[in-house]
Amino acid sequence: MMLRGLWKLTWIEIKIFLREPLGAFGTIGFPVLVFLVLGRVAGRGLASSSFAASGFIRVGLPVLASVLIAISSVLSLVTIISIYREGGILKRLRATPLRPQTILTAHVIVKLMLTAATLALMVLAGKRYYPVGLHVPFFSFAIALLISTWSILSIGFLIASIVPTARFAQPIGAVILYPMIAVSGLFVPVESLPPALHAVARVVPLTYSVSLLEGIWKGDGWSAHAGDVAALAVVFVVCTALSAKVFRWE
Amino acid sequence: MRPVIQVSRVRKTYGSTVAVDEVSFEVYDGEIFGLIGPNGAGKTTTMECIEGLRTPDRGGISVLGLDPFNDVYKLQERIGVQLQQAQLQKRIKVWEAVDLWASLYQKKAIDGERLLEQLGLTDKWDAWFMNLSGGQKQRLFIALALINDPEVVFLDELTTGLDPQSRRAIWDLVRGIRERGKTVFLTTHLMEEAERLCDRVAIIEHGRIIDIDRPESLVSRHCPERTVVLDTDDPLADERLRAIPGVEAVICSDSQFTIRGLGDDLVTEVIHCLSENRIRVTDFRTILPNLEDVFLKLTGHSIRD
Repeated sequence: MMLRGLWKLTWIEIKIFLREPLGAFGTIGFPVLVFLVLGRVAGRGLASSSFAASGFIRVGLPVLASVLIAISSVLSLVTIISIYREGGILKRLRATPLRPQTILTAHVIVKLMLTAATLALMVLAGKRYYPVGLHVPFFSFAIALLISTWSILSIGFLIASIVPTARFAQPIGAVILYPMIAVSGLFVPVESLPPALHAVARVVPLTYSVSLLEGIWKGDGWSAHAGDVAALAVVFVVCTALSAKVFRWE
Repeated sequence: MRPVIQVSRVRKTYGSTVAVDEVSFEVYDGEIFGLIGPNGAGKTTTMECIEGLRTPDRGGISVLGLDPFNDVYKLQERIGVQLQQAQLQKRIKVWEAVDLWASLYQKKAIDGERLLEQLGLTDKWDAWFMNLSGGQKQRLFIALALINDPEVVFLDELTTGLDPQSRRAIWDLVRGIRERGKTVFLTTHLMEEAERLCDRVAIIEHGRIIDIDRPESLVSRHCPERTVVLDTDDPLADERLRAIPGVEAVICSDSQFTIRGLGDDLVTEVIHCLSENRIRVTDFRTILPNLEDVFLKLTGHSIRD
């Protein structure tokens, strides 16, 4: 019976999301666009057979786009939760027999489905316009991306728990999440960062996402990345526990 | 009569602010009970404690024999709630909201299509929430509060911000809820609304209940004065009117007389005096005190202040 409510709520939230004028583009279109544009630019570099460019195009770019997917899902979650709180929608739903965690689970499912859809779109776009003729383990990569998104979503929840108003939700989320990319090892390997940033990278969850995604994309086995998965799981548990403590419904 | 809501000595504070204190009352089966008072008096806090959305610091609450804190999900199955200032998703359609709400309860929901028809929302079936008028939104919230065929319906400031016409339409709907045998608990800061709609009211101010009774009993207990205003140019009128038993004051300006006195008999006595003395009047009206006056008398200030 609670599953019926969860399913209805999830389905309605997906429909509502697609009705937002910029919602679908901002969350799905933007990462795919970044992927395509950068792919074109780097693709020209590939013609001059620069080794660095080809390395970025083969591994870095898909991972960057994936991380962008995850972050934009999370930002949209943070925004939606704070808008719903401000509008009393969360409170109204809580005045029904719907369990509080069901309400939040519905939003997480919507965002995970969104991430999966964006990834699928990116793969399709990549196949047609993008010269990555690699045998990439897409299924494992999709799982890795879902694990990463799930974990980053829990950070999003923590942010959503503490942002004061809906107006600040998006900027605060962006300020917290985007700088994480810089130290995540995506552009510069973590080992070659200055020692201070090195330490920062160790506690930034995105570092583990990037390591996991890069590894799986390159064809590593899961066992090689058990540590990354474990770190992401810890992030998930800690953030979820913290937000359960500080989450405000109104 | 069987009480369906029992509140005894409830206290709720936010930090150092005492929102409600020593609040006790009972709501009986099948009545419309109103909690009335100015904004910030503690109406919503009291209501949300009863609904299980807030936990009181002290005191006991029982709704349909259930404890709103421990049995909150059981309780929510059996009550319907409309919250003050709550919204829905901007782009949710009317039928989607009704469909979603219907799926949230274990017990079989009532026919949503018929419900929307009764509430006059049939032609808004496919409209987005954000495109509804204030009155339509409130009617949708009533629909959502009724979808699980609840035994008690909670309505918090239901008609605030609505124009008089929509307000009257909503009043009829609320009376309709009572006619279905349900108990209605509502809050309002509109004395006219309380007077027209409620079987019994509790007046709350600064978090405390000042008095509870039927609106007309509150008026006759606290404001027994009656006022008659009449127009006449009969020179004997002043003297004759002053002689009426029970009259406390007669104020005369030009040809208009304002007669004040105590008790329900005043009006009859004035009419009797007029006819006995063949005093010709060109205007005659009575001014009866209402809940507004009761509030003023009990608190020393108007509810609008």
